[in-house]
Formats: sequence, C-alpha cells, structure tokens
Amino acid sequence: MIEMNTDILWKTQYSRRRFLKLGAATLGFSAASGLFELDSFGAWASAQAPMARERIVRTSGSHNCGGRCILQAHVRDNRVVRITTEDDIPDTDKTPQLRGCLRCRSYRDRLYHPERLKYPMKRVGKRGEGKFEQITWDEALDTIAGQTKRIMDQYGPDAIYMQYAPGNAGRVSERVWMSRLLGLYGGFLSYYGSYSTAATQMATPYTFGTTATGSSRDNWAHSKLIILLGWNPGETIHGTNTAYYLKKAKQAGARIVSIDPIYSDTSVALADQWIPIRPTTDSSLLDAMAYVIITENLQDQAFLDKYCVGFDEAHLPPGIPAGQSFKSYILGESEDQTAKTPAWAEAVTGIPRETIIKLAREYATQRPGALIQGYGPQRHAYGEQVVRSGTVLAALTGNIGVKGGWASGTGYQARSHFVAAIPVPNPSKARISVFCWPDAIKRGTGMGPEASVKGVKQLSANLKLMFNLGGNCLVNQHADNNGTARLLQDESLLEFLVVSEQFLTASAKFADILLPADNMYERDDIVMPWGYGDYVLFMNKAVDTVFECRNGYDWISDLADRLGLKDKFTEGRTIDQWLRYLVEETAKKNPGFYSYEEFKEKSVYRWQYPESSIAFQKQIEDPGNNPFPTPSGKIEIFSQRLWDMNQLQEIPAIPKYVKAWEGPEDPLRAKYPLQCIGHHYKRRVHSIFDNTGWMEEAGAQEVWVSPVDAAQRDLQNGELVTVYNDRGVISLPVKITPRIMPGVVSVPQGAWWTPDEQGVDRRGCINTLTKYHPTPLAFGNATHTNLVQISKG
Amino acid sequence: MAKQIAFYVEQKFCVGCKTCQVACKDKHDLKVGQLYRRVSETAGGGFEIKGATVIPAVYAFWTSISCNHCGQPVCVENCPVGAVQKQAADGIVYIDQEKCVGCRKCVKSCPYGAPQYNRETRKTGKCDFCRDELAAGKPPVCVAACPLRALDYGPLNVLQRKYGKANETKGLPAGGQTQPALVIAPHRDAL
Ligand code: SF4
Ligand code: SF4
Ligand code: SF4
Repeated sequence: MIEMNTDILWKTQYSRRRFLKLGAATLGFSAASGLFELDSFGAWASAQAPMARERIVRTSGSHNCGGRCILQAHVRDNRVVRITTEDDIPDTDKTPQLRGCLRCRSYRDRLYHPERLKYPMKRVGKRGEGKFEQITWDEALDTIAGQTKRIMDQYGPDAIYMQYAPGNAGRVSERVWMSRLLGLYGGFLSYYGSYSTAATQMATPYTFGTTATGSSRDNWAHSKLIILLGWNPGETIHGTNTAYYLKKAKQAGARIVSIDPIYSDTSVALADQWIPIRPTTDSSLLDAMAYVIITENLQDQAFLDKYCVGFDEAHLPPGIPAGQSFKSYILGESEDQTAKTPAWAEAVTGIPRETIIKLAREYATQRPGALIQGYGPQRHAYGEQVVRSGTVLAALTGNIGVKGGWASGTGYQARSHFVAAIPVPNPSKARISVFCWPDAIKRGTGMGPEASVKGVKQLSANLKLMFNLGGNCLVNQHADNNGTARLLQDESLLEFLVVSEQFLTASAKFADILLPADNMYERDDIVMPWGYGDYVLFMNKAVDTVFECRNGYDWISDLADRLGLKDKFTEGRTIDQWLRYLVEETAKKNPGFYSYEEFKEKSVYRWQYPESSIAFQKQIEDPGNNPFPTPSGKIEIFSQRLWDMNQLQEIPAIPKYVKAWEGPEDPLRAKYPLQCIGHHYKRRVHSIFDNTGWMEEAGAQEVWVSPVDAAQRDLQNGELVTVYNDRGVISLPVKITPRIMPGVVSVPQGAWWTPDEQGVDRRGCINTLTKYHPTPLAFGNATHTNLVQISKG
Repeated sequence: MAKQIAFYVEQKFCVGCKTCQVACKDKHDLKVGQLYRRVSETAGGGFEIKGATVIPAVYAFWTSISCNHCGQPVCVENCPVGAVQKQAADGIVYIDQEKCVGCRKCVKSCPYGAPQYNRETRKTGKCDFCRDELAAGKPPVCVAACPLRALDYGPLNVLQRKYGKANETKGLPAGGQTQPALVIAPHRDAL
C-alpha cells in the first residue's frame, strides 16, 4: 500500500527520463524538435508561398473522436503556427463554446511530424515487414486498378472489402469515395457495427427499438443521482463539453457515483463515490440492484405494467413457458434456481453487499436518476448483456422518458439532425460484422449468419482485396495482433491490400500499395458530432497539401478513370461542388440552414431549441399514439426475437449475467491471475497521436497496476515490466497507482504495436493480448476480456 | 499596491485533461520537457480487501499550476542581471529574453518550478500571463482552453472576493513564502 504517488516535481524541471528511455527502445519522439525548426515542411512551405500575414482559418477535427470541436488554425506562410479553439462567441450556459481538448491543441506536433508519409510506395519485402519503395502515383493507381479488375472478374464483389477505417470521419473522406466507386464498379462487401459500440448498437434496440436513447445533456442538471457505469467522458471526450455538463449537474446538486475498475479522470474530478468493479461483471451488479429493488418493493410497478413486456410472469408474451420473466430470474425462480442477491453479486463483482444495497435503494428512490453506460463495459465477452441490464434497471425505476432520467443503453442523442451524405450505391447486399473480416478471409465462401453475415444467405467468395483508407483497425486496433499479422502475411489468402495513411502505422506496414494521405488541415470537409450536440461543422482547408500527399477525391477520381467510370463517379463535380451539393441537400430538409458560402465562413451551424430533449418523452406521455419502435410497441425486457434465436445460454431473452471466458471466474486465472483492460487515454484518439512528443509528455504509455499487485511481484514504479498471456507479450513501464483496483491491470489502448525480433511488443499495444473471439449476438470485439500475468523486466 | 493580476484554479473540478498545459505549449512553441503550465497528478491511499470484496480508501487530484506572478517574487530577487522583472501596472512577472544569461538562479529559487530552462536557447522562459493576448483584450490561452472552465483570471482582489482567499493546496508550497497571486478552490482530497 502506498501513501502517496505523485508526479509533482515543483523544484525540478519536468523529468525527461522516461521519454529518453522509451525513445531509445522504440519510437523516436522527434516531432517536437522538428516542429519549430526549418524542417523539410518549413522549406517546402516557404518555397510555395510568399511572406504573408497571419490569418485564422476555422476548421475542426475529423479523426474518430467522441468530440467535435471548433479549431482555429493560425496560418502564416502556408504553415499552421498556432491552434486555438472557439472564442468568437461568449461562453454561455445555453451555447457553450465548442472547446477542443489537448489532442487537437497539440495537432501541429502531428501535422508537421517528420515521419509523415510523403510519397506513394509499393511493398518490396514480405507483407508486414515494412519494406517499401517509392513509386509514382500513376504506377500506384495502375496497380490498384489492375488488381481491382482482376479480383472483381475472378471472384466477384464479395471478395472486395472496405475496412472500417474511421481515422478520417469526414463526410467526404477517402472511405466514402472509395465506397462510391466500388459500388459503381459492381459492389463490395460492407460491414455493420463498430469497434467502439458493436454490442450496444445491437443490443439496445432489442429493448427500445432504437439506439437513440439519450436525452440532451442539459437534462442532467435535473438528475438527483448520476451513475457513471464505466463511463469516463472527461478523458474519452464523449461529446464536446460532456464533462462540463456533468460539472454543471453536480453544481446543481446531483450526486455522482462512478462504477469502474479505474478511479477515472472523470471520477476524480466529479464523482462523490467510486465503486471499483471487476471487469465483465456489470450485469451481476445490476441484477443484484434489481433484486434489492424488487424484494423491497421499490420498483415502479405502474410503469412496468403500462410500458414493458416481460418484467413479471403476468407480462410475458403469449406462448412463453413459465419462469422466463426477469423477476423470476432475479428471484431465483427460473432454471438456474439462483437468487441474484447482493451476497451473490459481492462474490462476483468484488463490491461489498452493503454498497450494492445502498446504491440500489438510492437509484430507486432518489428520482430522477441517470444510469449512464459507457462503452467500455460492452466491449466484453458478453457485452450485449450489460447493455440490456442497464435498460431494464432504468425501466424498473421509471427513469425513462422523464426530465433528469436516462433510458440507458447506447444513449445516442434522440434529437438528431439530417445532414446529407455522398450517394453510395452498392448493389451488393452482403455485410459482415466489423470485427469478423478475418473469418471472411479464411473461410468467406459459404460463410453465413453463424459468422455474422447479413443481407445474403452466404458469402460467395473469400475476401481477397481490401481497402484500408485512414484506419488502424487492420492490425493495431483489431484483436490478437500476432494472429492477425500471421493471417495477413499469407498472400494466398488476402491477395491485395491498399492502405492510405499519414504515418507508417502497424496497419500501414502490411500494405501492398501505400498511399500518402492529406491531413485534416489540408482539406475541406463537413463533420458532425457522433455523440452529443446540435450542430454541424464545416472544416476549411488551412494549408496546402504537402509533398505528394493527395486528397481522396482527387486520386479516387483518377482511379475511377482507369476503371472507365470517371463521369459516373464525379458527375462532373469538383470536390467543392460536392460540398456545395451536400450543403444544399442538407438545407432542403432544414429550413433556415446556411448557404454554402455562409456555412464555410461561419464554420458552424447550430440548431436552436427552446427546450431540452428527453428521449422517449412522447412514448411515456402519450403511449397510445407513440408506441416504442419495437415489435410489441413496448419496452421489451423480454425479447421474443431473442427467444426465437434459440441460443439462450449466450443470448438470453432477458438480460442476464453470463460468466465471461477469461473473466474473474475463469479457471485460467490460476495461470493468468490478472484481468487486463485497455482504457482510453487522454493523450490519444485511439491510435492517433501515439507517435507525438507533446502527447507522450502529457501521458506516457504505461501499464496501470495497483500497489497490491505490484507488491506481490516486487515491481517498482516506472520500471519496465512484461505483460503476457498465451497470445502475446508486451513490454512497457509500469505505473503503480491506487487508481486501479487490485486484480485488474490496464494497458491504455492505442499504442502502436512494435514487435521486436522475438515478437515482444516494445510499445505496449493492448491488442497483443486480446482475443479474436466475437461476442455472440453482435459479433463485436471483446477487447476488455483478457487474463494476463505481469513480471519484472 | 498596484493592481495585481492573478489566476483562479478550480482544482475541485479539474479532470486533469492537460488541455491548459498543451494549449500553453502551442502558444509558446515549447519543446518536450518545457512546461509553462503543468498539470500534475497526486494519488494515494489503498484498499481494504475483505473476502471477495475490494473497498477503496483512495484519494486523487490534479494540480494545474503556472507561474503565480507572486507578490514577493524570489525569482526577481535572485536574478543577478535583472532579467526577471515584475511589471508595475499589473504585477506580471516576466523574463526579458534579451537580458537573461541562463544562469538558472530563478529556476532554483522558485518554489513552484515555474521558470523553465531551455537547453537550446540557453535561456530561461516562463509564463508571462500571455501578455500579448491580454493586450489584445483576450484571456490567457490556458484559461480560454479549459474544457471544464476550471481556470479563471482577473485582479487578485476581485478573484478573492468571488472565490475566497485560499492560495495553497496539498502538495503546493505554503502561500506565505512568496505571496502567490493565486486563488484555489481545493479538491476535496487536497484540503
Ligand atoms: S481530439 Fe476530439 S475532443 Fe479533442 S479537440 Fe479534437 S475533436 Fe475535440
Ligand atoms: S497564461 Fe499563458 S503563458 Fe501563462 S500558463 Fe497560461 S497559457 Fe501559459
Ligand atoms: S484544462 Fe482545466 S480541467 Fe484540464 S487539466 Fe487544465 S485546469 Fe484541469
């Protein structure tokens, strides 16, 4: 047990020890030294532009971040010299400024990084070795066109896949254009779900019929209790200003409780209570809370009777045998004959029964209350369950459709806005789960719904050609780096891989053709928040594209030409005309929307509402006219659709706690006693910013270990340790901190997989340890389900 | 005393995001290793493990600190060439880069670690309260950056009236030493 762990060094300057050690071992954090000198970028820029005064260009971040903020690029001599955030409107409660976080504020360190890719390249070594040779754009595009033709002719559209690649989340990203082109060329295999939210996207609609279960955030100021269930928006920036709204809720009197294996950044600042929980056991906690609520008769019975299906035996759908209701399950009256008591949950979750009882009573009586689910808990072996357990608890307490309540589940904002998209006609209906492309490579032909396929009965080809344009999910952010690398190395399986990137990431190393992408400061685009907020942003190009980097529309138009589709693809439009088209289409459905010129100039359009938005308010206030969008029109605690799937062990019809493989109850713990998760880290957006010095300074890559587990292994704070299981080995410094519960360790996700000759990852990528084992219903990634051991050295 | 400009740090709501730290670096083109504003983590305590249960008795908080433009600036007193100066009009303490000889006397004397020596220029720099921003009628960059709105600035007496007089928190030097122009709303664990 440690008394004090602090990195405060008031008397000495910030320690560089760790950077130097790390830099020597793996990456050279050379950006910060190249940034302000006359590096190659500076030379390039001054050759292009005459001396000019500083001008301010309004843009935003289009990487896959939970926030969408206003950024102002201060530009001089065709170079971004400073970045600020929205400051031209007053910062008010009603319209808070869309302030960016440290990541975008540090962006120059990334934009002017000396290792940015500068030229198109082709692979010369073995796939994945990272050996490339510079080629011309013509050669690159000829090769891509040739391979696309060959593979389409030989195997058909099911062999061509657009990989999930959200590094560029703009409306006119390369991914969008390539999808359009492939659609026009005959079709391609597409995906559903996401690496972030697969389970919640799939499971939430089984309760509510929609993922749009979130109210607007100003509602929280009316909550008496806010439960953050694995939710850390202060760090993930789940919606620009979200942590600020929580602060305002706290100032208005809400008590905030955080349930999380980590005493998160958000919790430290805003939570009144931290309840550490063993990963993968959230449903057990929620079940026991339901037990307390039911046995103490604190449930909102009128609400359950009126709006819900399957709470008790009297409200099961017709034809369902007795004992299948949620209440029977909780009270131990269903097959498992186990009452879900606080004592039962205590043994599973590690939370004392008194704590569970108190929390249950509080949530049931301190109404309205908001049980808000983060996405971490659903990236687990049975992530679908926790999602639905949360929704049921919200129903049990009547916290749905009311001011200050929260329906739980995905929580996408119910109030949404239409913003037009580029038309992507895809004649091919086949889709796979975003996580399951390795199966499509290994055994695509004949692969069906048992392996996530939707839209067709079976795939008609193995996956042979992949486009990975602006993403690192191919290797780094996928599971099992070592296994994935082996799969990709086999050129007889995946025959051709096109990557467009800004850096030589772990995924980019596997490219057959590697294209240098332009940067978000070098293009116009339109972006929307994916989480919360009533606005849309125009990104104005701040500086010219450098070296031979090219915009997606530009090179994909040239590719379209080679495939004989140029006119169809472009419809004669420039990128500027396409953006204008998007604005005009958007305006058609949004009276009062800006003209293209106005939108560009202001860079932000805010929808204005007199009232806050409450998800399901209409369904609750006037159910006769507003059924829930489920088959029964009600909140489906019991889902007939899940029942009909007939896989009740792993996909029960009511949410249940299902013991996770590699969870706390797995016998494998004898060998690998620690549960390993990979929390989102403020210094990165997923894997973006891993290679920059300012961000390494703001947050070094370290494995979090509790003082209890560290003492058992004689670990010293800051020393190099090895984290391993049967799938892989990583080596990185250890942060010994009481902010993580004993028995759990965390490798912050997103570090770039950097295997040495022995295959030991020297940077510390969590996915070296994760398993390729899709969740049963959503076929999503179970990233936080891992057992590991740690040792010195 | 003439008007003294000061910072307010609402430590109790600081999520430790370090946006202030990074925005400051961007403004002042600071290399890795140089931090005019620094956000530090403090964490301690432990767990009681009883049977299957884990009961935390853990504390943690962040401290965001720059230069405090102190009422009794030891850095000014200790500079042998008069490079560190306190501006009469508003009490801002800044380092005249023309005069600085890089002797690091200010670095050694400041109890807050505010002056930052730059190995390449062989001079010391530090927070100058973003004087140019103030002159342009704008807030200092760190204040304008904070996503939690946990930083503020203004005349010291106004801030004290608004937020109280606390100018120290757990882990920081006692306020009496240098009379920092600082107002803090301490975190619950830093009281
Ligand atoms: S990284 Fe995300 S939250 Fe941070 S400034 Fe950029 S867009 Fe906003
Ligand atoms: S006032 Fe300016 S120089 Fe001082 S810490 Fe804030 S941003 Fe940095
Ligand atoms: S920007 Fe604000 S919340 Fe973030 S570390 Fe600085 S003071 Fe704290």
